[in-house]
Amino acid sequence: MCLAIPGKIMSIKGDKAQVDFGEHVLREVNITLVNARTGDYVLVHAGYAIQVLDEKEAQETLDLWNQILEAETQR
Amino acid sequence: MEMAEKLRFRDADLAKRVANKIQELAPKQSAVKICHVCGTHEWTITHFGLRSLLPQNIEVIAGPGCPVCIVPASEIDEAVQLALKGIIVACFGDLLRVPGSKMSLLDAKAEGADVRVIYGVGDAVRMAAKKSDKECVFFAVGFETTSPSTAVEITNKPSENMSFLISHRTIPPAMKLLAEMKDLNLNGFIAPGHVSTIIGLKPYEAFPKRYGIPTVVAGFEPLDLLFGVYMILKQLSRDKPALENEYTRAVHEEGNIKAQELLQKVFEITEGRWRGLGTIAQSKLKLREEYSVYDAHLKYDVKIEQSVDTQPGCKCHLVVIGKIRPTECSLFMKKCTPQKPIGACMVSSEGTCRIWAKTINRFNE
Repeated sequence: MCLAIPGKIMSIKGDKAQVDFGEHVLREVNITLVNARTGDYVLVHAGYAIQVLDEKEAQETLDLWNQILEAETQR
Repeated sequence: MEMAEKLRFRDADLAKRVANKIQELAPKQSAVKICHVCGTHEWTITHFGLRSLLPQNIEVIAGPGCPVCIVPASEIDEAVQLALKGIIVACFGDLLRVPGSKMSLLDAKAEGADVRVIYGVGDAVRMAAKKSDKECVFFAVGFETTSPSTAVEITNKPSENMSFLISHRTIPPAMKLLAEMKDLNLNGFIAPGHVSTIIGLKPYEAFPKRYGIPTVVAGFEPLDLLFGVYMILKQLSRDKPALENEYTRAVHEEGNIKAQELLQKVFEITEGRWRGLGTIAQSKLKLREEYSVYDAHLKYDVKIEQSVDTQPGCKCHLVVIGKIRPTECSLFMKKCTPQKPIGACMVSSEGTCRIWAKTINRFNE
C-alpha cells in the first residue's frame, strides 16, 4: 500500500498540481506536503505528493554503483 | 517516462554484476537473514525473482510490511458495524475483503451496506461534501506513507458529516519488536523507502546501534534492492553495523518535515494491536482532542467486545513476522486462495501470501 509513483509537475494551482505520469497521463495531485515547483518530479501516493525526487541524486546513485562495481572488479 | 529512460534502474547487466558481487561477499559458513518491512519491497523481490539471484544461505524475509494485513479484526468489525448502521464507509480497495471476526466489508456491501472504494482520502472528503444528508466515514489504514494525507484533509476541516476511523500504524516500533525476538535472529533490515521519505533516517538509528543490525533504506527498483542486500553484506563482512541510505533520490536524512509537523499536530501516538503480532507500544495513531469531532470511534461509539484475528489453521501470524514462508502453511493455495482468502495475508495485493500465490501461478509451479 506504500506504493508511490513518480510524475512530473506540469502546472500548479493553489495546493493542487497537474502531474504527468508518462505518456501524458495527467492527474490532479495534492501538493500540500511538499515544496514543489513546476517541472519538478514528485513521488505520488494515493493522490498526494510525498516527496520531491532529486534527478541529480538519481544519476549520482547510478554512477556510484558503477564505480563500486568497477573498483572492486579491478582489485 | 523521460527520467526513467535516462536512469536505468532496471539494467539487467548491472543487476548481474551486483548479483556476482553478492555471491563473492556472502559468508561461506554462516547463514544471513535479512528482513524487509514493506509490501512493495516484497512485490519487487518476488516479481523480479530476486531471491533466485542470491546465494542459498542469504535469505530475505518479509516482515509486517502490509498495513492492511496487520489491521486487527476488531477494527474491521467496527468498520463493518458502521457500514451496517447505514453510514457510508470509504476505504482503499485492499481492505474490502480483509476478514473481520465474522464479516468483511465486502460481505457488508453484499448485505446492502454502502461501502465505497476510493483512491485517496481526498475522494472520501469530496464525496461527503456532496452527500451532506449522509454520514460518511473514511477507514484510515496505512503506515507513515499514508497517514500524512489523512492529516492534510483533517486540517482542511471537512464537512460535519465526515469522520475518520483511524487505524494508522507506525512501522519502527514493529521493527523493534522483530529486532528483540530472540528466535528470529535477524542480520539485517531493509528499511521501507516510502515510509522513510516521511520519517527520515533517525527512527532507525537504534537498530545498528543498540541491536547491532545493519540497516539500509532502499528504493523499489530491482537494482535498489540488490544494492540494499549488497550494502548489508558489506557491513556484515566488516563487522560494522551502520545505518545507510540507498534511496537518496527520494529519502532525505531529515525526512519530510512538513509532513512530520502535520502528523504531530493532528495525531498522538498510543499503543495498538497488530494482527498476528499482539499489542505494540507507541505504534498506533489517534486523533488529538482538538480534532475529536472527526473521530468516528467517539462519534458513533460502536463497541466491539470480542474479536477473532486468526481463523483455525491460518498461519498469517507467523507469515507476517517472516517466521515461515507462505508455502509452509497447510492452507496456502489449498483452502486459502486469492479467490477465497482465509487469512489477511492472502487478501491484500501487498500481503506476502497473495504475492507468492500470484507468482507461483505465473511460474505454474
